[in-house]
Amino acid sequence: MYSEKVMEHFTNPRNVGEIPDADGVGQVGNPVCGDIMRMYIKVRRGRIADIKFKTFGCGAAIATSSMVTELVKGKSVAEALEISNRTVAEALGGLPPHKMHCSNLAADALHRAIQDYLGKKKASGAEGRGARVGTRAGRPGRGGAAKQGRRWSGRRTGAQT
Amino acid sequence: MRRVYLDHAATTPVHPQVAKVAVQYMTETFGNPSSIHCFGREARQAVEGARATVASLIGAQPEEIYFTSGGTEADNLAIQGVALAAADGRGHIITSQVEHHAVLHTCEFLEKRGFDVTYLPVDGHGMVDPDQVARAIRKDTVLITVMLANNEVGTIQPIADIARLAREKGVPVHTDAVQAAGNIPVDVNRLGVDLMSLSSHKIYGPKGTGALYVRRGTRISPTVHGGAHERGLRAGTENVPGILAMAKASELAQAEMPQRMAHVARLRDRFLKGLMEKVPDVRLNGHPTARLPNNASVSVLYVEGESVLLNLDLQGIAASSGSACTSGRLEPSHVLVAMGIPHDISQGSLRFSFGRGNTEEDVDYVLEVLPSVIARLRAMSPLGPGKKQAGPAGGRAGAARGRG
Ligand code: FES
Repeated sequence: MYSEKVMEHFTNPRNVGEIPDADGVGQVGNPVCGDIMRMYIKVRRGRIADIKFKTFGCGAAIATSSMVTELVKGKSVAEALEISNRTVAEALGGLPPHKMHCSNLAADALHRAIQDYLGKKKASGAEGRGARVGTRAGRPGRGGAAKQGRRWSGRRTGAQT
Repeated sequence: MRRVYLDHAATTPVHPQVAKVAVQYMTETFGNPSSIHCFGREARQAVEGARATVASLIGAQPEEIYFTSGGTEADNLAIQGVALAAADGRGHIITSQVEHHAVLHTCEFLEKRGFDVTYLPVDGHGMVDPDQVARAIRKDTVLITVMLANNEVGTIQPIADIARLAREKGVPVHTDAVQAAGNIPVDVNRLGVDLMSLSSHKIYGPKGTGALYVRRGTRISPTVHGGAHERGLRAGTENVPGILAMAKASELAQAEMPQRMAHVARLRDRFLKGLMEKVPDVRLNGHPTARLPNNASVSVLYVEGESVLLNLDLQGIAASSGSACTSGRLEPSHVLVAMGIPHDISQGSLRFSFGRGNTEEDVDYVLEVLPSVIARLRAMSPLGPGKKQAGPAGGRAGAARGRG
């Protein structure tokens, strides 16, 4: 039922673990099946220097967690924000239809970790980069994927409440 | 690679002697039992012999056995058939929250057609309280249907007590004995039930064959129409090879029952003991003693079942899970929910069901593989002993923060 790529990431997941002094941490609970994913990021000069995850979930959840960490490592914060659940699923060679929601988990955990980082930055007074990120993600033509991702997660949250 | 099949509650391999019988009744004695020529008469005689064999497995009379396409059809026929015969579109049915979907969905179907259904709760072991059944009985109750042994957690229900209380009030009792009959001693008279569903493929017979026991005098209508087969209760040319194979499987099950029970119980106990010794935070699901001898249903804390099953499958081990991620509907097992098992624990549920072909080496192999699979997944899990069990609620709070 899973693609070879999914099974490969599932059996050999990248970047498992925690970052004790992470710059941002994001945790999401899957509203569909109740599973949990936590993502830690370390940011250096606007780029995701390190990323680690912990996941309590199915094969697709573990594989998407692993894939998302691989996709964003070394990317700028703005680029990372554009990664949506679709990007992750596609990079894995697709997911079975009833497992698509697991890829939301990975994208959402990542976005939440970034928001956590940006929030902390804002609080500590360093505004500049955060504002730039916002502009870039919203730029027409490039923001499509990010918006898509947000719309998905928006619907998710709606379903929970 | 070594392959170990520990999913006998899902289905079993056909016993070689049973397969031989099936082939014989496909190729040699292939007649239609309704035909009057010698080919038909041979088939008819064989089917009637099979009826007697299956009846003897559960202490019934041959004419009380009606062959069906399996346990699901037997459940449907029992519940819909009694409901149709007893009332004109109305009435009350009592069942439990831990039944197989063949029973639950049939009850829900009848509910939509105007029947009232009471879904009785169970205790933490998955056990129905007979007194609650008795209290739920109304003047218009047409049927009580409670399974004999649970397919997921193996708990054996107090059917004899339920049937005794039901009899006092004149309400017929159906029991789904698909997991029980042929695997543990089952006797319709000792249990006092009026209807019982049986299946062939859980006892080393082929799929696609089952039977419904209907006590003489029980009012029941057919649900499949089109002929006088099975004395008018179930139309359709008899599945002669399937029926004969089911009879052979029943005969073997009856003859070998004490040995088979002892064998699977020994393997199961070896497995459970080894698992509990090697892996912390593992809980047994279901009743500690009133359970099927071949069922080991456990919850492994801090891991999710599907990811365990995938890892086991990669190493040739077949089992099943009641986790939400494993089910196509992405809901946790209704049985574990009814037993009050919290969501994060039911996510780690695993069912290992042993069979006559398993060996001690199989168990030892699983005990070698499983603990390391669990350890690996636990190292990957945000949950763990002493850590805050942040369930979906935690995620929700996070979501609100993220959006604000
Ligand atoms: S995380 Fe539960 S189905 Fe994927």
